[in-house]
Amino acid sequence: MSMLHTVNKSPFENSTVLSCISLCSKNSSILFIEDAVISVMKSTKFTDVINNSLKDFKIYALKPDLEARGLSLDNVIEGVKVVGYEEFVDLTTEHDSVQSWL
Amino acid sequence: MKLGILINEGPYQHQASDTALQYVKAAIKKGHEIYRVFFYNDGVNNATKLSSPPQDDRNITKEWSMLAKDHGIDLVVCVAAAQRRGILDKDEAKRNGKDADNLEEGFRISGLGQLVEAGIQSDRLITFGD
Repeated sequence: MSMLHTVNKSPFENSTVLSCISLCSKNSSILFIEDAVISVMKSTKFTDVINNSLKDFKIYALKPDLEARGLSLDNVIEGVKVVGYEEFVDLTTEHDSVQSWL
Repeated sequence: MKLGILINEGPYQHQASDTALQYVKAAIKKGHEIYRVFFYNDGVNNATKLSSPPQDDRNITKEWSMLAKDHGIDLVVCVAAAQRRGILDKDEAKRNGKDADNLEEGFRISGLGQLVEAGIQSDRLITFGD
């Protein structure tokens, strides 16, 4: 049973990114969208958390939302996959269910 | 695949309506079927035809309406959430003794059963919200 988790709020704003990472089971995938895309930037206080969780989960970030916020793709943590809306659709269909963290 | 969509946030609030819209467009492009889009809580505000954004801004309500027209998507607005927020079709306006209605073309008002049904009939239910 594989689950896709989507998170849409910045970890600087509330705790959903950290809750999601601490609660989702191994071999889940996490897709950061909207304000949550800042989670995958290098050199923030959340970088270590993301780096560690890459051992257990696949992590994705939505490219249009990174670009809309002026976040450079060069600063995305290695191992995080940057995807577009069509790949977002693929992720939802490839996993058995989708959990939106709101 | 059959996809059900739940939208819990109004337009121009954060980004949920925009994300849902782009997601649905991408899903249609990839050949998936959108079984239903259900608008709940503040999400019902996506359905007002009185929304008049500046001309150079996106018109989210119109974009949903166009999608419904072009691809036959079922856009359902929760009746209880809609009445609280002043979203009424002709019948609901009459029933509540109001002299105006504002439901955009392509949307219809119904109950929560429609969300449950979308959850059962769709292969995936994806929530967009605040």
